[in-house]
Amino acid sequence: MSIAEDKILRTEELTLNMGPQHPSTHGVYRAILVLDGEYVQNMENVIGYLHRGMEKLAEARTYPQFLPYTDRLDYAAAMLNELGYVQTVEKLMGVELPERAEFIRIIMAELQRIASHLVMIGSFALDLGGFTPWMYCFRDREKILDLFEMVAGARMTPAYMRVGGVMDDLNPEFIPELKKFIDSMPASFEEYDNIVTGNEIFIARTKGVGILTAEKALAYGVTGPNLRAAGIGYDLRKVAPYSIYEKFDFDVPVFYNGDSFDRFVIRIEEMKQSLRILEQAIANLPDGPIQAKIPRVIRPPEGEVYHQIEGSKGLLGYYIASDGSNKPSRIHIHGPSFVNLGALPEMCTGLMVQDVVTTIASIDFILGEVDR
Amino acid sequence: MDKTTSLEEIITLLVEKYEGRLERVEDSLDAAIRVKDQLFFQVAKELKEEHGLDFLTDLTALDLGEGKFRGIYHLMSWKPYRLLRIEVDASGEEPWLPSITELWPAANVQEREVFDMFGIIYDGHPNLTRILLSEDFEGHPLRKSYVTKSRRK
Amino acid sequence: MAVNSNNLEKIDPVEEQVKKNIIMTTVDQALDYARAHSFWPVTFGLACCAIEMMAAGGARYDIARFGYEVFRPSPRQADLMIVAGTITDKMAPLVKRIFDQMPEPKYVIAMGSCAISGGPFADSYHVVPGADTILPVDVYLPGCPPRPEALIDALLTLREKVKNPKVVMEAHG
Repeated sequence: MSIAEDKILRTEELTLNMGPQHPSTHGVYRAILVLDGEYVQNMENVIGYLHRGMEKLAEARTYPQFLPYTDRLDYAAAMLNELGYVQTVEKLMGVELPERAEFIRIIMAELQRIASHLVMIGSFALDLGGFTPWMYCFRDREKILDLFEMVAGARMTPAYMRVGGVMDDLNPEFIPELKKFIDSMPASFEEYDNIVTGNEIFIARTKGVGILTAEKALAYGVTGPNLRAAGIGYDLRKVAPYSIYEKFDFDVPVFYNGDSFDRFVIRIEEMKQSLRILEQAIANLPDGPIQAKIPRVIRPPEGEVYHQIEGSKGLLGYYIASDGSNKPSRIHIHGPSFVNLGALPEMCTGLMVQDVVTTIASIDFILGEVDR
Repeated sequence: MDKTTSLEEIITLLVEKYEGRLERVEDSLDAAIRVKDQLFFQVAKELKEEHGLDFLTDLTALDLGEGKFRGIYHLMSWKPYRLLRIEVDASGEEPWLPSITELWPAANVQEREVFDMFGIIYDGHPNLTRILLSEDFEGHPLRKSYVTKSRRK
Repeated sequence: MAVNSNNLEKIDPVEEQVKKNIIMTTVDQALDYARAHSFWPVTFGLACCAIEMMAAGGARYDIARFGYEVFRPSPRQADLMIVAGTITDKMAPLVKRIFDQMPEPKYVIAMGSCAISGGPFADSYHVVPGADTILPVDVYLPGCPPRPEALIDALLTLREKVKNPKVVMEAHG
């Protein structure tokens, strides 16, 4: 129902600027909304406020020097960015990894996926006005950051992975702490369910809001949890297992409505699956070296390579063109947030302004990855 | 055409069909073909509609130096998982490539990004404007000829 | 108690209350004291550091202990800007405008190496080499990103600065 149809209540078109400084735009994203009363007629994304020129900087950095920059792409999922990057360089060089290194990488990647989803569900609830769930999510996220700190020395930007392995072996206390964390999570999920998922206000504000259909999602190149919430269960870890994901037994949660509520719930389900992977990784963690034998100076052979992994927000791809020197001739980063954001105007058209906030929060983008 | 044909078969088929204008990229780590720009849109459409490579996963470009540019496209199909790279050399004084926004709306933002960074014109794009940089920015930073002036204090 | 128990000398109860409850000071000092113990930062995250700024507001680090948790979405209600992240050329005019919208007195913390000098992106074509090229920065907080404890330390440093403007002026010109 459009208000404009009602002649008595005819309103003028209003252009509303949301952001770049706005509490619910998750950073420096700006949306230009054309409104008819409360309803969005048209929406335009304005991005680039965090464009730091990483791809140009990469041309002047050696391969190992660029690794810390990948941490700052999707800063809520640093380990996953690193994993994608080092795997791409390894694919270019043809490096085989020791098994322990692969296992440690998987542990870090899945922990990071949980941490990233916690940021998402926490800030989603915060955008809808719920401060307490955000507190709970960040409380649990701190435990993961403690684990990262234990192995890498840094909380958010660990720079832990290396071409050919990882920086350092696990501390003796790491595995017991990790087990404690895994044991603590089911109680937390129950809390999230009680306070958010089962909350009547939350359901009323998210059910059926910001629907992204399966066809639209595929056409717009949307991947990750947003695609799986639209009913298409494509997860690269299952479809084309990279690293050693084929060794793990886990499910790919799929939801079918494609609305904000599904996009929220699927993340909680994915965290549960990540915990399953973590449990198996701990049980089967082999001994051995953590670093493959690679040359001291990394000079990949001439050539081009594209590699993608399942990041926390979708397919994270790296395209590297090497000219045989120790510096890449080009690194292109395919950030899932960037592409997912492209579908947002379509999802928001026709919604009320308050639902735009819900939809923006539900697709979970990080501006560092959008603008690069 | 069966939608599960292997990439090798698809490439062989295309190379035969468009002899001389489409070639296989040898010694590549990923399966890759190189297409002339006039032919590219047709090939992309064929890959999408007949061979099941219906997901545009990545779109970017490469500066080959001396004013030459190359469009890089990665198409994939989810089931079975196949990934194909298409390389298209952009020709002309002002480098241009055909836009594939019509086939994949996903290309919209990515083509704008390449335009912003490399200055490649996408013929047929509905709204080809700068996306990351502001409108008054001079030059296209990812071109090799663009030299960054250090602003360190 | 009106009686001093040590020497059992009687003290005037009114005088006792005056001693206990009245502090003699100047208006300026009183205002500085109040300001320093309750900054209202503007909710303004630019990049990675913003996530650590959020974490500082979380249960573990809890900046509410110090009275700095009142993040205001509107710059007109805030008196502290934490520049948390990289300032790009496209964002710089907007950062400046947000700062201009804040009422006086106002303070700026440059959080993280990007806000201090451009950090790892100092060589980029689109990054402002430091917040101090466009804003008057009060406290520089190094780190990439700084830990939440470091942010608390920066806020406490700023507290000292606001409480003792003269000392700071003498020490640092």
